[in-house]
Amino acid sequence: MKVLVPIKRAIDYNVKVKVKADQSDVDLANVKMALNPFCEIAVEEAIRLKEKGDVTEIVAVSIGPDACVEQIRTALALGADRGIHIKTELNLDSLQIAKLLKTVVSDENPDLVILGKQSIDSDNNQTGQMLAALTNMGQGTFASEVSIADGKVEVTREIDGGLQTVALQLPAIITTDLRLNEPRYASLPNIMKAKRKPVAVFNADELGVTLASNVTLLKVTPPAQRKGGVKVADVAELVSKLKDEAKVIS
Amino acid sequence: MLILRREIEFQLYENLDTLSLLKRSRFMEHNEHTFSAVLDTAEKIATDCFLPHNHLADQNEPSFDGQKVTMLPAVKIAYQAFADAGFIAARYDFDEGGMQLPESVMTACSGYFMAANPSSTAYPFLTTAAANVIKHFASADLKARYLEPMLAGSYSGTMALTEPHAGSSLAEITTSATLHADGTYRIKGAKLYISGGDHELTENIVHLVLAKIPGGPSGVKGISLFIVPKYRGDGDNRVKNDIVLAGLIHKLGYRGTTSTALTFGEQGDCHGYLVGEPHKGLQYMFMMMNEARVGVGYGAAMIGYRGFQYSLEYAKERLQGGKAIVEHGDVKRMLLAQKAYTEGAIALCFYGARLVDDIHTADAEQARDAAELLDLLTPVIKAWPSEYGPKANDLGIQVMGGAGYTREYYAEQFWRDNRLNPIHEGTNGIQALDLLGRKLWQNKQQGLAQLFALVQTDCAIASGPVGQQAAECISHYLAQMPALIDSLGADLQSKESQALQLANAECFMKVFSGVILAWQWLRQINTAEQRLGTELTSEKADYYHGKCQAGQYFVRWELPQIAPYITLLQNRDDSCHKMRTNWF
Repeated sequence: MKVLVPIKRAIDYNVKVKVKADQSDVDLANVKMALNPFCEIAVEEAIRLKEKGDVTEIVAVSIGPDACVEQIRTALALGADRGIHIKTELNLDSLQIAKLLKTVVSDENPDLVILGKQSIDSDNNQTGQMLAALTNMGQGTFASEVSIADGKVEVTREIDGGLQTVALQLPAIITTDLRLNEPRYASLPNIMKAKRKPVAVFNADELGVTLASNVTLLKVTPPAQRKGGVKVADVAELVSKLKDEAKVIS
Repeated sequence: MLILRREIEFQLYENLDTLSLLKRSRFMEHNEHTFSAVLDTAEKIATDCFLPHNHLADQNEPSFDGQKVTMLPAVKIAYQAFADAGFIAARYDFDEGGMQLPESVMTACSGYFMAANPSSTAYPFLTTAAANVIKHFASADLKARYLEPMLAGSYSGTMALTEPHAGSSLAEITTSATLHADGTYRIKGAKLYISGGDHELTENIVHLVLAKIPGGPSGVKGISLFIVPKYRGDGDNRVKNDIVLAGLIHKLGYRGTTSTALTFGEQGDCHGYLVGEPHKGLQYMFMMMNEARVGVGYGAAMIGYRGFQYSLEYAKERLQGGKAIVEHGDVKRMLLAQKAYTEGAIALCFYGARLVDDIHTADAEQARDAAELLDLLTPVIKAWPSEYGPKANDLGIQVMGGAGYTREYYAEQFWRDNRLNPIHEGTNGIQALDLLGRKLWQNKQQGLAQLFALVQTDCAIASGPVGQQAAECISHYLAQMPALIDSLGADLQSKESQALQLANAECFMKVFSGVILAWQWLRQINTAEQRLGTELTSEKADYYHGKCQAGQYFVRWELPQIAPYITLLQNRDDSCHKMRTNWF
């Protein structure tokens, strides 16, 4: 059984994000990049399924500039078996990414595709769902538990108000939520082993996908600065402020 | 953020040519990606597992109820993550489960752990050091029993040298090791200030104990090294060795690391296993000492650096008089001094780590040169960062004002932790004596000759304005060194003047290390000015301008402070030497 794990190079979650002075985008100069945390969970889940004996091969795929190879190498050091790098310098949006991934799915015929539910930079939460639609596969999004049996995958989903368990026919798409697992660290011996694992490279513009995006980034602004608080004398004043100033109760 | 990755990359790839190591057969399997992947793992584990409980472990130090040592569960998780990732064996051969990682890169990795949490880091670092001694000197049988589980993270290690009455003077230790009929030894004695001497982090603790075999030579020549485990035997045969934790020591800093008083063999049943040959214990320990001392200096540099970054961050956000305090002149002075101390110390430690790599992997001649130079630099690498790291932390507290001395902030903990570093692994007083009394004259002064030639070369190649000015100042002091050293050498020959000179050893340490640090800054300035001569974006240029400015500060403000010490040395000042105990 083969698992495809799409992964994204994103800003490291420890970095304090700054917006460029002209508000055109987030400032990425001299900023540490890393494997998107949700993608890390996806890689970890694939490895655990392999350790359980459910899975035989894990393929990590990433779309982006040359530097993406670092994240593919990270996935290989964590335990993926081989990598695919689809090269592009363009800043693609979720639909283009999903279309490119569809070409990989057609080539590789995986039994499962496990993606992070979203990336911490753009927070779109779309790629997995779009890929499911494009490939006609069932989807189990926001997974907090995954188990495979009898040609089906059972996915426990985190939904508003609780958990929902769905059973999907394989092949299927899973997107991972935070509580699915705690990813391991790439150990030093595995980093060396990863060096020998193959990474196939394709050019994004040679895969028959129109890469022009329908989304335009107008402007990026930092969240509003937190204003200083005030002390209230009593509950009555608090309630009146919540009603009249904050307008959060009526 | 623990350490700017930019700083690590500058030190590794720009100021030093670490990638040139890839040409050596030992490192051929590596490339820049494997190095950066290891750094990623180090940074991640340090950030996720070590950093979050640094302050907590300081507030909740380990306790002992007479039976068991208890500490925060997070320490064990951190220890296991470090061992599981393979860091304890990182320098070992591939077929030993290691990564054949260069010391330069391992140093870069260690920095993340030291900056994140020095007291939890002490446990795996002690294990790494003890494992190293066992690997080099113990028999195959002992290695199978103790080294393998240490590398796997199930056993930890300590270095048990100091005794209640004998710290700096190891010749006077009285712990004894008596040969038993079964070929093993029975250990009896007391050890003090043993870091990591007891805890529940691992299933066993392997103490490396210095002890004397009765009837052996007196003094340091009669000291042997033993493996003395907390538990003997495996599985059902596992019994507690006769080692008693007499108590925990409560320290100023590094509070999360247990410091212990241990009694060996109270019941006469403490088994020890000889490492290598009898009476060679101290020699074995000292073969590892260079690396251990470089490690302490580097740790001090890293705690200093973390404090610098922490106070810098605060100064950028704290507004006073309508602007961030970082914009105020005196605050700039304090931040610049911290930058100059810590980045100077970091550069020196990376330089030392590179020499370790050269000793192990360069061709014979270069390896010998590196060994001679590192011998000479080691006391400076230990003493200077451990003196100036805490100074930087002191300034960090000052920058932060009231927040600096408030325990809810971290600045005061950095200072307390770092204040131990001038003391352990050979006090800085011992380092000064070692430098003036021994290291300076070793190897027919070949190390010294090399050092002077290297400094002169870097002065000669300075081509930018900041570098040239720095080179001029350094040359001024460098020119005075040979005559000064010769005259000290002459005095050290005679018994009467020797005591006076050694009483002023600290003056010489200040002078000598001042020149070395200025040289380390010159090297960084030269690198930075060369880069500034190329086309750069303004963000990239800022980094190099910062290097030049800090280097200029060091050479103009700090280096001249050695002048009065040169005078004291030249005048054979006897203020300290002539002081008498009853005059105090």
